[in-house]
Amino acid sequence: MDIRDVHFAYPDGRKALRGVDLRIEHGQRVALLGPNGAGKTTLALHCNGIYEADAGSIHIGALPVTDANLPEIRRCVGLVFQDPDDQLFMPTVRDDVAFGPANLGLRGEELDVRVAEALDAVGAADVAGRAPHHLSGGEQRRVALATVQAMRPDLLVLDEPTSGLDPAGRRELVDVLRGLSITQLVITHDLPFALELCERAVIMNDGRATADGATADLLVDQGLLHANRLELPFGFDPAVARRDNRPTSPR
Amino acid sequence: MGAGHAHALYVHEHSPVHRLAPQVKLAAAFGFVLAVAVTPREAMWAFAIDAAALAVVVRLARLPVAFVLARLAVILPFITFAFLIPFVGSGERVDVLGVSVSQAGLWGAWNVLAKATLGATVSILLAGTTEIPSILRGMAQLRVPETFTAIAAFMIRYLELIAGDLRRMRTAMTARGYDPRWLWQARPIATSAGALFIRSYERGERVHAAMLSRGYTGTMPALDRRVATKREWLIAAIAPGVATGTAITAFLALM
Repeated sequence: MDIRDVHFAYPDGRKALRGVDLRIEHGQRVALLGPNGAGKTTLALHCNGIYEADAGSIHIGALPVTDANLPEIRRCVGLVFQDPDDQLFMPTVRDDVAFGPANLGLRGEELDVRVAEALDAVGAADVAGRAPHHLSGGEQRRVALATVQAMRPDLLVLDEPTSGLDPAGRRELVDVLRGLSITQLVITHDLPFALELCERAVIMNDGRATADGATADLLVDQGLLHANRLELPFGFDPAVARRDNRPTSPR
Repeated sequence: MGAGHAHALYVHEHSPVHRLAPQVKLAAAFGFVLAVAVTPREAMWAFAIDAAALAVVVRLARLPVAFVLARLAVILPFITFAFLIPFVGSGERVDVLGVSVSQAGLWGAWNVLAKATLGATVSILLAGTTEIPSILRGMAQLRVPETFTAIAAFMIRYLELIAGDLRRMRTAMTARGYDPRWLWQARPIATSAGALFIRSYERGERVHAAMLSRGYTGTMPALDRRVATKREWLIAAIAPGVATGTAITAFLALM
């Protein structure tokens, strides 16, 4: 994904993006950090053409994000929304996961296989027949991921995937995301989560990308974090929390 | 069908009625109600036959009788109203237990009582044996316009959420020492209804964005259409068939 000098203002005149540059290579997992109101979600909605940039360009692979390319862009960019209640709108989990691939034209057995695969990948096969609003927060989040995975995207954009999750739900999500081998852009202000999941991080503030580097390096730079309204949780030392001694889930 | 929670009206069972395709049950329910509605009210025996037919289906569906009776309480307000008709009705009057009542009104009350009870039982049966997603699918199968089924689906999906929002707003009000109960305290309620509308509208926009993100182009994809067999249609036709036959016989008998 290649984002070049993207500008965007909301209809009320508020400038959300003031020239964002961001390039993500195939297979990378990148954290997009920044305080509330930095423009992270707005940028996410540009990645698959929900919002159209006022200026600048976005390419997914070789494909520019333009009206003519939208169907293909939306197939290859999987956007997971912050609130699963927005993402899951069908009467049952199975129908919801089938919604995307069915829009791609899949039917019958092919569709069933795709749905089962996606639910399996996130460990949610047992809730297929349930209604989305009867699931726990962690289950909803994983099913939301499955709805996007079912379209076999090349790039996954996750907007605040840990918000509202309890520690165990968060852990399960980390495991699932680490298990997926596709390119990921993870929007978060949960810094330990970013450190655990992503080698590279980009910091956004006030509509611009203000820093880009190894997550571990960025998080030890107190001045940089402070300047961008980011804070580590009390007692958390990124120098000590190394990725190789991360806790593993009891299985 | 699916494990876990279902709707409050649904009874988890594995009966032959539960297994029927939803579109077949919908059509049968509609047919039955239609036949009952046109049955002449003077043919009391006809309603007895209809009730017996329904009782058999309730038995087959293994719905607890207490459950059905409890759900039937929904129609009590209508029944209460119906019982007023004989007293306010005009025309020829008869004495019942020493009270003079209108004969036409008496028939009117009976008409409402019999048809409402039978109609409500049919919908309790349908809801008790068919989960909501299946009902929606059945409607789609019966060629109900997609706009209606989609609206119904979204309403069911988000109604609980909106009700939850309202509950939380009310709790927040109560927590800050305000517990509106009377009409002259309606202002905060109106304000929160407005806030709720804005919230729901914004949610609608986000849901639409989520739909677009997954390739929505304006029509809901047709999912997992279960085709009903001829046998299912035949089996489901029995109860409405009985009701229709009864209605026709009743008409002929009165001519």
